[in-house]
Amino acid sequence: MNGEDGRATNGAGAAAVLAAGIGSFVLGVLDVAADKSRALKTFLSFYRPTGPLSGITTVAVVVWLAAWGLLAWRWRGKDVPMTRTNGIAYVLLGLALLLTFPLFADLF
Amino acid sequence: MEFTTRGLWTMLHGMGFGGLYLLAFTGALVELYRTRLGDSLQADSDNSEFLRKYLAGMAVLAWLAVLSGAYIVYPWYRAAAPAGTANLAAFPQALLQSSPSTAQWHLLGMEWKEYVAWIAPISCTMAAAVASGYGESLRSFPPLRAAVRNFVVISFFAAALAGLTGAMLNKHAPVEGGRTVQVLRGSTQ
Repeated sequence: MNGEDGRATNGAGAAAVLAAGIGSFVLGVLDVAADKSRALKTFLSFYRPTGPLSGITTVAVVVWLAAWGLLAWRWRGKDVPMTRTNGIAYVLLGLALLLTFPLFADLF
Repeated sequence: MEFTTRGLWTMLHGMGFGGLYLLAFTGALVELYRTRLGDSLQADSDNSEFLRKYLAGMAVLAWLAVLSGAYIVYPWYRAAAPAGTANLAAFPQALLQSSPSTAQWHLLGMEWKEYVAWIAPISCTMAAAVASGYGESLRSFPPLRAAVRNFVVISFFAAALAGLTGAMLNKHAPVEGGRTVQVLRGSTQ
């Protein structure tokens, strides 16, 4: 969490926040996409008894962790504009909530 | 008094892991608020250590809730009924979809619940990781602390939504079946 001068920086925290927004957003996008595409729904059925839920959530978790790792590596020991990062993360999280709502997803 | 194994797993998933997660929320919110007041309340390392463990415990509960739901309870819920099955009690999704008065519970309730619930463990794991990594110094980063608090609040709403729809779904089409576990045996009157 510390920069090269030993001072605490917000980079690692910002990476965690933005990655959580990205992971949630990917979950929502895949939910809608699998609902619209039979081929994608079949592809994402990693575990047949659970159906596409297994693939959608697995891919979302993998993307979330990959984004977290990548951002943490990029922003380690740095200070990033936290207000802007939070704003992007909140928008992604809000979109995720909307996209997982079936009636909203039906608009596409 | 008896339970079926599927009923017990459903209770463990919803009332156990999910219920405990929802109960823990207010505690997390209070602790996060205390980090804001840290300077005036002379918060010490014990407080941040408590918050770290508390959020980590909540994250574990959230993961247990979604994983037990997706991989243990949900397959029983969505199991396809063999053609010609008259009694759909063992096939909750088919039972709900068999009547126009209950079909929306699946189409709106389950289809929302099964995905929105996953926002809770993702958000709470992030909060736990940040609280763990920053410890007492989290109070020196107000926007970061605000993000942690807000994600915890959103994770609560996602979990509450999933819990509420799950309870209503189980009321209209309970997940039951499997081996029967007898807890108490009484006499008939």
